[in-house]
Amino acid sequence: MWNVFRRWPIIPIVVLGTLVFTGVFADQLAPHSPYVADPLDRNIPPVWYPPIVLNAQDSSDALSFPVPVNLTVVEAAIEYGIDPTGLDTREKVQAAFLEKGWKARVQFPTWDHILGGDQIGRDLFSRVIHGARVSLIVTAISLGSGMLVGISMGLVSGYYGGFVDEIIMRITDIWLGLPFILVAIVAVIALGQTFTILLVLLALLAWPPFIRNVRGEVLTLKTRDYVALAKVSGASTFRIMVWHILPGVFNTVIVIATLRVGQLILAEAILSFLGAGIPPPTPAWGAMVADGRTYLNDAWWIAFFPGVAIFLLVMSLNFLGDWMRDRFDPRLRQL
Amino acid sequence: MAKFLLRRFAFSIFALIGATLVTFGLSRMAGDPRYLYAQEGGYGITEERWDSLGIELGLNWKDGTPKPVVFQYSVWLGNIVRGNWADSLLDRKPVINKIKERIPPTLKMGLAAYIFATVIGIPLGVLSAVRRATFWDYMGRGFALLGQAMPVFWVGIMLVLVFSVQLRWLPTGTLGESGNNPKYFVLPTITLGWIAAASYLRLVRSAMLEVMDSEFIKLARAKGVPNMVVIWKHGFKNALIAPLTFSSLILTGFITGAVVTETIFSIPGLGRLAFESIQNNDFPVMVGTVLVFTFMYVFINFVTDLLYAVIDPRIRFA
Repeated sequence: MWNVFRRWPIIPIVVLGTLVFTGVFADQLAPHSPYVADPLDRNIPPVWYPPIVLNAQDSSDALSFPVPVNLTVVEAAIEYGIDPTGLDTREKVQAAFLEKGWKARVQFPTWDHILGGDQIGRDLFSRVIHGARVSLIVTAISLGSGMLVGISMGLVSGYYGGFVDEIIMRITDIWLGLPFILVAIVAVIALGQTFTILLVLLALLAWPPFIRNVRGEVLTLKTRDYVALAKVSGASTFRIMVWHILPGVFNTVIVIATLRVGQLILAEAILSFLGAGIPPPTPAWGAMVADGRTYLNDAWWIAFFPGVAIFLLVMSLNFLGDWMRDRFDPRLRQL
Repeated sequence: MAKFLLRRFAFSIFALIGATLVTFGLSRMAGDPRYLYAQEGGYGITEERWDSLGIELGLNWKDGTPKPVVFQYSVWLGNIVRGNWADSLLDRKPVINKIKERIPPTLKMGLAAYIFATVIGIPLGVLSAVRRATFWDYMGRGFALLGQAMPVFWVGIMLVLVFSVQLRWLPTGTLGESGNNPKYFVLPTITLGWIAAASYLRLVRSAMLEVMDSEFIKLARAKGVPNMVVIWKHGFKNALIAPLTFSSLILTGFITGAVVTETIFSIPGLGRLAFESIQNNDFPVMVGTVLVFTFMYVFINFVTDLLYAVIDPRIRFA
């Protein structure tokens, strides 16, 4: 049994499968809309958490500012000199506080909001699920286009060599020398926060490793006899590149893609966190963590769960990438 | 060797120009920097002042027609080369002073994180490799996997949640004047350094595994060289090259990390200055910080190449 787990990346595949599944069927699975806020569900805790008192207002003065409490009901009751036994519904708690002259805002966790609610009362579970979809779509498109550019440039660079190769490789070097995150933020602010810009930026982040490794691979592949034979039998350069060399670099490409995808997801999350990623109000994990940061004192779950989602996704992809590398292309161990 | 260094140098210059040109061009597309002072057609600024500002900031020619971006850039570049970094648009302070006062916090944090990464990552990597498939190996690899999969900003926020909000052990941020109180450095250092430590650990581990498998290690063991000497002198020295090459990548990681970490812990560093100036479209500061960051990166790369040659005679004499 243990050996099966060692040999095959079962846990990462299950985690990844779950995240992809929930992402694809987000509309069907999410119990609530990720956009619609219900102020009554503000900062509602996750289902296993004890009920909490958010704040308390002096009941004699309707204009007074509510005092933040942020304690569980039992703690708050002790703090306010109330007998903490038997306070098992929202009404009872509110009645007990009203006796002491406080109008309390109480949140009892419900199965309706498994992971709780965010700072304006949107269902966190639905938002995390929809965030998975957005994250996966953005990553898939940018990785795909980055791969396409990287592979074709790598093929050309490796096959032609010489001047073309020099130019392409220098451009890659210089691009790698730029502080990507700053350039990306400048670009988003200059050109507008849209999906297109984000996809282009992430694709630009994705291609360099493909180009480098594909080029290296092509350099050895093009000296093989079958390439020379294809040339002798009159195959065009394009045909040789696509039919004779390209299949040889597939292993490398797949391995790099799985190793790279995690970094892309993290980059997207960082951009969203800094307010330069996925345009709001589309739920994005990075932006959700940024929102929750302000409410760490009152509602840690807002920042916690989106981060866990990023972590699980990237972790399972990294595991899968390592496994594929060891299996298909152990020479890439340095990556 | 000289030719190699010359090439690297030329490349560094290109990288610096590329980075500043891209930011400069993009910042121009973000809109007229004069909007920082007043809206077009709004109150608070006269038509004449608007036009004279355009000439003052080098956006327009003397007759009021707009100057092409390439010209603006070359003027800026010429000034930089002559040591004139212009003034910030926002508060009219010299850019060079703004950058100077923001460098120490970032440098201190970066240094602390780098030391953390080296002290944790390299010994743990060696340990993981030498004691392969034991408790230590799994510990080390777990630490590395976590570090590489958790987003920097989330690590920072969760550390604040646990150690500042819940346990109240450490402060939530560096409050400007806190100076060198080590308490303020703990959380930012871990936040910034974890990824780097994880990368070092993985690289050192795989390099060590490869080296310890080679013939010269077997020879050393057969000769009866003490275990510690085999590991550190014969093994480790040869396993150091891959992690060294990676240093440059780790340091670019620090640039991203600095922006995020300084935002989370409200550290008045260079990353925050860059982020703020981008949001304000304060282009002299923006391009200045990008220049400094790129310079750091290029410089580190250069030093790495040199170190490379020092450590590995195969490169020195090639």
